[in-house]
Amino acid sequence: MAKVKPRVKVPKKAEAGEVITIKTLINHKMESGFRKDKKTGELIPQKIINKFTAEFNGKPVFSADVRPAVSANPYFQFKVKVSESGTFKFIWVDDDGSTYSSEKKIKVGG
Amino acid sequence: MMMKAATMRVTRRQALGLGAGATAVVIAGQTVGPAIAKGQTAKDAIKAFTGGAEAKSGKVSLSTPEIAENGNTVPVSFDVESPMTAADHVQSVLVVTDGNPRPGVATFHFSEMSGQASASTRIRLAKTQNVIAVAKMSDGSFFMDKRLVKVTIGGCGG
Repeated sequence: MAKVKPRVKVPKKAEAGEVITIKTLINHKMESGFRKDKKTGELIPQKIINKFTAEFNGKPVFSADVRPAVSANPYFQFKVKVSESGTFKFIWVDDDGSTYSSEKKIKVGG
Repeated sequence: MMMKAATMRVTRRQALGLGAGATAVVIAGQTVGPAIAKGQTAKDAIKAFTGGAEAKSGKVSLSTPEIAENGNTVPVSFDVESPMTAADHVQSVLVVTDGNPRPGVATFHFSEMSGQASASTRIRLAKTQNVIAVAKMSDGSFFMDKRLVKVTIGGCGG
């Protein structure tokens, strides 16, 4: 499989107390477990991103339990109210146990 | 006679043991929690999420396209009306469909730091069906919204 590369969009600056929008995307096939191999006719086993978590300064702010019905290259957009500068950490968990992560800094106020 | 009674007692004990074992398995299955099992319907999935409580309509606004030409990636977003304070906020939102091989799509968890309980993602729809969002509020009440999406080309299997 192609290299898994998360892409995240977080504003660089925000006012204290502002609700910001975060967009995340990761390239992943999200093999549903319902598709058949065209040559052998056998079902291709499920392999998806089953969990997505966003943390801000170490505290969880948003997460999603994901099922096969989420499209390939899963995209999540959500909001966070920021009151201080800090770092966002985004974590994706694969069915095979591997995790992918990305970090973004934001400056609040000043 | 004695012999027969003894064997009967043993078999009954075995039967009871089996019964207890089966119960244990069922309980273990439940501890796995809101994970959506095979063969479940959207109704079952919602019931597992609400714990049997009724989800009222309102507060949740779900938006989907009316017609999706490609069922492989259908944009879905929702917004739940809530002040999102420590005392009154949306805990989680369950998204299910009633026409896919399995009803579950995703469960989103929010916190007081969310500011606004809204999210959007892209989902797969196998055929024309309803998409349902159920929100769990911090006071234990549930609200829901439902949208019918017409799908031209299905997005499951192949």
